Amino acid sequence: MGWAMAGYLIKRLAMSLLLVFLATSLAYVLASVTMKPRDNYLARNPPVPTSSIDGILNAVNQNDKTPVAKRYVTWINGVLHGNFGKTLTGQSINEEMGRRIGVSLRLLILGSIVGAVFGVLLGVWGALKQYKPSDRIATIFSFVMLATPVFVLATVLKYGAVQFNDVIGFKLIFFTGEVTPGLQTGTWGTLVNRFQHIILPTLAISLGEIALYSRYQRSAMLDVLGSDYLRTAQAKGLTRRQTFYKHGLRTALIPMTVWFAFAFGTLVVGATFTEKIFSWQGMGAWFIDSISAQDINVAAATTLFTAVLILFSTFLADAMRGFLDPRVRGNQ
Amino acid sequence: MSRWRLVWRRFKRNKSAIFGLVVIAALFIAAFLGPLVSKYSYDYIDANAFLKPPSPKHWFGTSQIGQDVFAQTMRGLQKSLIIGFLVGIISTGLAAIVGATAGYFGGVIERFNLFVISLLLVLPDFLIIAIVSPRIRGQSWLWLVILISLFSWMLTSMVVYNLTLSLKQREFVTAARFMGVRPFTVITRHILPNMASFLIIDTTLTVGGAILLESGLSYFGFGVQPPDISLGTLIAAGTGSALTYVWLFAFAGSILTILVLAVSLVGDGLRDAIDPQSEARAAL
Repeated sequence: MGWAMAGYLIKRLAMSLLLVFLATSLAYVLASVTMKPRDNYLARNPPVPTSSIDGILNAVNQNDKTPVAKRYVTWINGVLHGNFGKTLTGQSINEEMGRRIGVSLRLLILGSIVGAVFGVLLGVWGALKQYKPSDRIATIFSFVMLATPVFVLATVLKYGAVQFNDVIGFKLIFFTGEVTPGLQTGTWGTLVNRFQHIILPTLAISLGEIALYSRYQRSAMLDVLGSDYLRTAQAKGLTRRQTFYKHGLRTALIPMTVWFAFAFGTLVVGATFTEKIFSWQGMGAWFIDSISAQDINVAAATTLFTAVLILFSTFLADAMRGFLDPRVRGNQ
Repeated sequence: MSRWRLVWRRFKRNKSAIFGLVVIAALFIAAFLGPLVSKYSYDYIDANAFLKPPSPKHWFGTSQIGQDVFAQTMRGLQKSLIIGFLVGIISTGLAAIVGATAGYFGGVIERFNLFVISLLLVLPDFLIIAIVSPRIRGQSWLWLVILISLFSWMLTSMVVYNLTLSLKQREFVTAARFMGVRPFTVITRHILPNMASFLIIDTTLTVGGAILLESGLSYFGFGVQPPDISLGTLIAAGTGSALTYVWLFAFAGSILTILVLAVSLVGDGLRDAIDPQSEARAAL
């Protein structure tokens, strides 16, 4: 890739870190101003004395009597040393995060791979079959999927799975949690069981991605297919298949890197819904719960996780573009 | 006006766009006139009909406590429509102001605006609004419109910024500047009208996005608050029983999907009609 590209990526990385820092700080301050952890204790019966509420809140650095600036300094100081503070119930956020990040990443990585691969394939296929019935069907599918909110899609999938399980007579597809609790079937059995659990959540987050990617890939592919250089490549003796893979697909993938970064943001939000609906104990579900529980530290930690993921995806998109497009390597 | 007549003629030829327009009109009529036709008000409780499936009496069935699902769905649709269209207009306006001032003035304003854009793009709009949502609990739903608008203009703004940069070089803009026209007037009279087509298309697309965002927030209780209803709160209430009492979920869910689909078909048709050479024409 060369030094120019490496230098460019390092510069981008530094900028990304600054943005993560500022965005998370913004989220922390917003959360501190809007959330009232105290409310959780005020409605209790018998009433909790104010001094003990203060004690509880002070212990987790979420007391609204402490100025926001002071709480922020304590919090950011911890974060910079790798300590995300404590939940309202006094648990360590770091420990809980270790478990939950794994859950979320399994879903997100599988979802984005399935979404990108099948989206690109569907788009290329649609471009090759332009205006034929199969292309029309793919187009209608994409439009409907792009208009369907994840929480509606997830519920419909669940409904479909129940019907499907009824028809085949046993429970093939699961839709609660990551794995059946108390399962004792050895490594292989557990893997199969996990797969049975992950099918529906993956579909729920990736169908929309497939639709999005396929639309852009189709249009990029059509532009390339009509280009002069592809005709030239064929004229110099390459077969249609060779020109297609070597010159066509590679060029048509370049604009997709921009959409990859954009689509990843929607994927993260989609995963938040999916985790909640399919009872996966991931970062997204934790974020939703933290808003309801008015837990500032958890909301901030989950937001930080999201910001890191999104910037990592733009970084990855840049690197992919550099890899695919020689002009980027030359210019930067 | 002949240009817009041409646009309309092209738009009319696009069957799916006309279909979308008809659907949106039908949903508007149903949402605002439907409750007048229906016998039941959205907050009426029919003590003789709990969890009854759709029937001539209750068109969409009844809920656990005997509310008419049709009246409720129409009420929710009203909210979703109003919020979607308001956000579309406000957010595009905001995007136009931020993007055009950044591109036109350059310098510190440009750097500041671009920085704010990239900072807000790091966090998904859903997350920020959810974090701020405890503040608007118990307040008017108009606050939700403001919140969604505040966090959904950034991508549009980037396009406006780039368009402004190229428009700034054009003779009519330099002419206006050298004649001593005030910057604000140059932006509103000469720059923004020249990207009207983009702004119109974008408003439509933002409407669809805003409806989805609003319903998603309301689904988790971060958006429209009771006693107000939106399609999102209805779907949330129906999801738990979606497997057994399908009508509690299916009507609100499919109307939401159809609405967003229709809006995106119209946006797509507008893009084809206004800008037939657009590069993005084939996509989306």
